[in-house]
This record gives sequence, C-alpha cells and structure tokens, in this order.
Amino acid sequence: MTTTIPTGLTVDGRHHDLDVDPRTTLLDALREQLGNTSPKKGCDHGQCGACTVLVDGRRVLACLTLAVAKDGAEITTADGLAPDGELHPVAEAFLVHDAYQCGFCTPGQVCSAVGVLDEAARGGPSAVTDDLTGPTVLDRAEIAERMSGNLCRCAAYTNIVSAVESVVTDR
Amino acid sequence: MTVLDARVMGTSVRRVEGPDKVTGTARYAADQPVDAPLHLHPVQATVARGRVTGLDTAPARAVPGVVGNLTPDDAPRLADVGDPELVVLQDHEVHHRGQYVAAVLAETPEVAREAAGLVVVTYEDLPQTTAFDEHSPERHPAAVLANYAPPTSEIGDPDAALDAAAVTVRATYSTPVQHHSPMEPHTTIAAWDDDGAEHVVLYESSQGVAGARDTVAALFGLGEDDVEVASPHVGGGFGTKGALHAGTVLTVLAARTVPGRAVKRALSRREMFETVGHRPATVQHLALGASADGRLDAFTHDVVSSTARMEEFGEPTATGTRAMYAAPHRRTSHQLVPLDVDPPTYMRAPGEAPGSFGLECAMDELAVELGIDPIELRVRNEPEVHPESGVPFSTRNLVACLRRGAERFGWSSRPAEPRARLVDGWWHGTGVAAAMFPAIRFPGSTAVIRFRHGRYEVEIGATDIGQGARTVLTQIAADALGVPVDRIAVAIGDTALPQGTVAGGSSGTASWGSTITEAADRFRDKWGDDPEEGAEADAATPDNPWAGELSMAAYGAQFAEVAVHADTGEIRVPRLLGVYAAGRILNPTLARSQFLGGMVWGLSMALHEQSIVDPRFGHVINHDLAGYHIAAHADVREMEAEWIEEYDPYVNPMGSKGIGEIGIVGTAAAIANAAYHATGARVRSLPLDLFG
Repeated sequence: MTTTIPTGLTVDGRHHDLDVDPRTTLLDALREQLGNTSPKKGCDHGQCGACTVLVDGRRVLACLTLAVAKDGAEITTADGLAPDGELHPVAEAFLVHDAYQCGFCTPGQVCSAVGVLDEAARGGPSAVTDDLTGPTVLDRAEIAERMSGNLCRCAAYTNIVSAVESVVTDR
Repeated sequence: MTVLDARVMGTSVRRVEGPDKVTGTARYAADQPVDAPLHLHPVQATVARGRVTGLDTAPARAVPGVVGNLTPDDAPRLADVGDPELVVLQDHEVHHRGQYVAAVLAETPEVAREAAGLVVVTYEDLPQTTAFDEHSPERHPAAVLANYAPPTSEIGDPDAALDAAAVTVRATYSTPVQHHSPMEPHTTIAAWDDDGAEHVVLYESSQGVAGARDTVAALFGLGEDDVEVASPHVGGGFGTKGALHAGTVLTVLAARTVPGRAVKRALSRREMFETVGHRPATVQHLALGASADGRLDAFTHDVVSSTARMEEFGEPTATGTRAMYAAPHRRTSHQLVPLDVDPPTYMRAPGEAPGSFGLECAMDELAVELGIDPIELRVRNEPEVHPESGVPFSTRNLVACLRRGAERFGWSSRPAEPRARLVDGWWHGTGVAAAMFPAIRFPGSTAVIRFRHGRYEVEIGATDIGQGARTVLTQIAADALGVPVDRIAVAIGDTALPQGTVAGGSSGTASWGSTITEAADRFRDKWGDDPEEGAEADAATPDNPWAGELSMAAYGAQFAEVAVHADTGEIRVPRLLGVYAAGRILNPTLARSQFLGGMVWGLSMALHEQSIVDPRFGHVINHDLAGYHIAAHADVREMEAEWIEEYDPYVNPMGSKGIGEIGIVGTAAAIANAAYHATGARVRSLPLDLFG
C-alpha cells in the first residue's frame, strides 16, 4: 500500500490518531476513515461548499484541504456544533425558516453561516461592505455575499438568508 | 371520488427529517455505513465516436491496493433491455465522449483514481458531430416526445391565417444545453451476496427505488426479490435521477466480480456533465398573428432540438403552448438533430421550461407590436375550454394570477415604453410571463397502513428528493385517518416497502397521496377509528374518473424586475414574484420553498446556465461548478411566491396540483421581457447576453 503519515485530528471534540495517505483530503479522512459523513462531497473541487467545516474556528473547504496538513487541528462539523441532542442556534434557525430542501448542502451552509457570524463579529469586510471603518452590519446583502461560496441547487437561498439574519437579530 | 377535509393539510408542519438534515446526520447514499468497501474509478472515452482497439490494464493492476479491473473483454454480461445508455462494457463501441470503457477497483479512492489514470486505451477515432445545428441534414421529425404527447398538432390553416393577420410577430428563440447539477452526485453502493445467491443490495441516489430495482433486475436477469434498493435521502434529482444511468450499472457490474464486498462509487462532478443526461438545446420558431385589438388568429411554434444518436429523446418543447391561448389556427411541431453525445433526459419542467421562454417572449413582442399591455394581451386570449382538445378545465385561474401579481408587483405604475428608467447607472425594467404545468397522477403505487404501538405506520416506496414528501404524506395520512400527525409514521425510499412511483413530473404528492387516502379509507372501513394492534389495510393508486374528461393543470404568473448596467450590460434581478393557482396548498411553508426554488432555476436559466460543447472533441468545456454557473446566494434578491385560493375537487382527494416544476416555467421569459423593457434591446437566446 501507499506510504501513510501519522496524523492527529480532533473532530467534534474527540481526538483521533490516523494514518493517512498524503493525498487524502480532510473530507475523505472524515468521511471514509472516521465515518463522519456530516460534511458532504458535492464537487471535490472547492466550488460548491457542501464540505464546509470549521478548522480551529474558521470555515474551510474540507475537499481542498489535505488531512496531513491539519495535524493537531480541531475540526468541527455541523454534527458537532452543539452537544448531542441539542441544536446550534443557526441549525435551529434553518429549521424555523425552512432553509433547506434536499438537505445535502445544508451541513456546509450551517457551518459556513457560523463562520460568517464570527468573521463579521471580528469586523471582517466583504465585497459589498461600503464602510470599512465601522462595525460590520450583517444585513441581507452582506449575508448573501458572504454565503455565496455555498451553492444550493434546490435554491433555498431566500430562506437561508432569513435564517442567518434571524440569528444576527437575536444576538 | 373521496374528498378529504383539511385539518392538518394546509398547515406548515416542519420537515420531519429536519434535525437530521441540519446536523448532517441524514444518510444519503454515500453516507451509508458499509464494512470495508472497495472503491471504483472509471476510465472514460476520450473520443466522441469510435471503437476501443486496445486496453492495457497491466500498469493499473501493478499499483498496490488495486483489487481488480473491468474491461469490455471481461465484464459480466448484461441482458439487452433496449436502452443503449445502459449497455456498459458490453462491446468496444464508443457513442459519446466520457463513455465508460473500463474501471478499476481498489481498497481506497486515492489508489483507484491513480490506477484508473494508468490504464492505456487506444481508439479508432470515427467522424463525429457534437455541435448543434438546426439545419443539419440529419434533422428529422420526432417520432415520440418525452411526455408521450403527439409530436405535431395542427388545427385550421395557420400559415394562411398568419399571412392574413393584421399584426404578425415572427421570431426565433434558442435555449442551450443545460445540466441538472444536483448538489449530490449520483451515488451507488452495491453489494452482491457471497453465498452464491443471485442477490444484490443497493444504496442509490434515485428518484424512484422501484424503477431502479426493475432496471437492475432486468439487466442482470434477476427476479424482483433479488434486488433491494434503498434511497432514504436524496440530495436533489431534478430529473437526472429518475432513471438509472451508466454509472450505476458500472458499479453493480464491478460489485458482481467481488461478491460479499460492497463497492462504493460517487460520480465526480465532471462525470455529471458526461454520463447522466442533460436538457437538450432548442431552437424555436414562433409566429403569432393577431387582430388589431389583440386577439390571436393564429400561431405556430416549430421546434428543433438536439438529441443523441445512441438514443432519441424528444424534448416536448411546444406541448405546453397547446394549452395556453385561444386561436382558431394553430400548429406545434418538433424536429430533432442527432448528435454524438450522451442521451438527453428529463430536466425540471422538460418542455415547459424552454418552450415557455419562446412562447412568452413572443407574446411580449406581440404586445409591444400591438401597443397593448402584456397582461391585457394574455387576458384577451384566455380560452374557455382547452383550445386543442376542447375539454373543459377542471380549474384554471391564470387570469386571477396575472391580476393578483399585477396588483402586488405595482404593475399599474409601469411605463409603457422601454428604456424609461435609469437609476445610478442601471437601466430598470419589468416583465411578465404566464406559466402552466400539467397536474399529473401516475398509476402504480401501493400503500400499506398498519396500526402498531398506538401509531399508524404508513408504508409506500415514495422518495423525498427535497420536495418534502415525507412531511406532506404524513399530513395527508393524518387527515385521511382522522388523527394528529404525531400518530403517523411514514416510511418511504426503500424497495422493502410497497411499490411507489417515481418522484417526477410534479406527480408525487398526487400519486402517493391518492394511494394513501384510498388505503386509509379501506383501513377505516375495515377497522373503524379504534383499531386493534396489527390492524392493516392496503390499496393501489385509484383511477381518476375525470381523467380525459377534464384538462387539469396548475397555472401561474411570473413577474420580474431587471436592472441592466448601462456600461457593462451586466444583468441583475432585484425582484421576482410568482403567483400560482395550484389547487390546495398542502403545506404553505414547504410549498413556498418549492415555488421559490423553481423561480431561482428560472433566474439561473436566464442569467447563467449553458453547457458549452467543444465540437472538436465532444466534451462540455465548462464541466464543473466553476464553469457551469448556477445561481448563488448573491444572485437572489427580493423574491416572493404566493398563491390564490383554489380548490380543485377533480384532480385528487387532496384537491392539490403538483408544484415542483411550475416555478421555473415562464420565469426566464419574464426576466428577458424585463431586460427588453429596461433597455429596448430584445434578446432571444439564453443565457441573456445583451452584447451577444
């Protein structure tokens, strides 16, 4: 078999020691080796966002990330955003606003939205931010812009933006 | 016919599988836990037409971790089921670029991919045609259309009437090849028994488990009971997962060679542009002739569309036109041009989506020519009965949709002249189009209702592809049995359940819901409302006594506001409104999601979608989601869908019409008409390019 490299990953709060093919993406390591199928493989090219997870708190495309490069990292999938039996406020908002249909892109959308909220809280601008000096206001246009890396072919976009907006408003 | 009282129907019950979907724990085909699966990677043809003359798999087999390979010389034999697309690795002929010519099985996906790349294939390269040209010498009348409507209809003398008409519009519209591109690629996990029994189990991303089972059984010469298919969750289908494609057959073939081990294969995004079908290109010649007061004397809608040489598919582009407007003289026709490509297939609103672009843009052009408001023009041509079959409509509220939409959209303040509103460097305009989609019920489902542990178990092999079948069938069952939803447990998506028809043609809720209602009637007749443990009843889909007596369809009106950048020509859609008349709306929240999703498809079709084929090599150049653009978050601005109160007692016991497809119908035309109104420039091909 191919040479493998020892890699340690903490996924949804649990540590795992793995031997991975250096070509193995973080997405395939999660799905095929750890059986964590929450992040989905929609394109394997970094073009759809379905595999979005949080790596040390930042949103990352797991299909464009090599597992060996994340040795020691803390990975959070949509399944690990809240303790078992509970839902993260963003996930709950998706239910309330019917922000999904087939559900395949949904775990990525949820992780991406959690990342967006954090990025905005830290004052990060986007391509549609007019005022780069003041605090970031996540209105619908800002949310849509920042979520545009997450495609949804069912096109639940209107409801996804409403779901994220509701979490912003509740904060 | 039973008519159900609505208690739970009409309320916004949340999706029953919601928590699983938002956490990612809902298991799609590729998520199913199987022990030590093997991974398959295909070798695909690099010519569009030809013959494989040599295949050297030795370099692949030398890679550590490779378990086996498949070629046309050693692959298990398949029965001829009359579908050339499913004849996988049975001969050396190549019918389209990307066709499977070999495959490698390995312990890991990385090794399978590496090894597949090492297989050396040589070809005899034969002349091919992959560029669509409506003037092709191979053009011929369609023998069959995909919806089985007659390919041609003609009433009166349309050509003479057009020549004699006071006002005439003649124009040609075109739509490109489009790909469904569900977020979940087609996926198969297949495992054959290792005890010598001819028995295979599949997890398949399919819109219909029964059809998938029947196809696999026929190909491999198995009985119905020897094939099991499960599709508990499906990541979108839009038509491409209605019937099986070659990738599934390849995986089942490969698994046949390793009984006892599961073989797992999700298509790559690139394969999604090569082996799972597409919406064919259309060129539509429209002619409308009207009196000066805007009454249509005649129209013709003559279509040429692309198809595959290996298997014909007649896109029913102009059949929707037959239902739309009154006119004494009329013709629709369909011709096909065969290409050396993989076969086209059903894609969300097949026929109606491209056909409504042609017809509804032409109606807009006629309105401009006549100096009549485009809504008023449509109202003046509203038929009393179906204009071709002559049968009455069960319900038809197109005019009500147009009127309500006009009111909500603020149509009365619209400038009559185009190019009237420039705001901050953007030309703004508005447009409208009408929409129609047939109300279909397929026969052939069976539902079982069983009372156990205080709940009613409702079993039917239906599929939830995101439309919300699990939830809406729960609501229907609750009302049919007269109990709250928490006493209903619906099971779908598995051939272990009674047979269900495909999730397609916006037919699912009508077909499965009618069947469940019938089973519930029998259950209550037999057991009353206080059943004993284990009480059970079943029923097949009842016939609709009104079929053929009445014309049954949903109608709608699409409104769009478009902004066109004065310097760059960039087009944005700041506002979309759809108003529908689709019978009883069974779950308002889920219905709104369906309508909005369809409308975004129309937006995406208008602005982005186009598969560009390289005529030299026969492949789609933009074969991924960076090249084939579908609408993203930032494309979608203010959007709303609403519906008028409509109850249709003739369509089914729920009084509902299918809503999965009508959202896309007419939407691209409304956007194109708005782009004309914004700029004064008429664009007749999709995607819209004002400098094209």
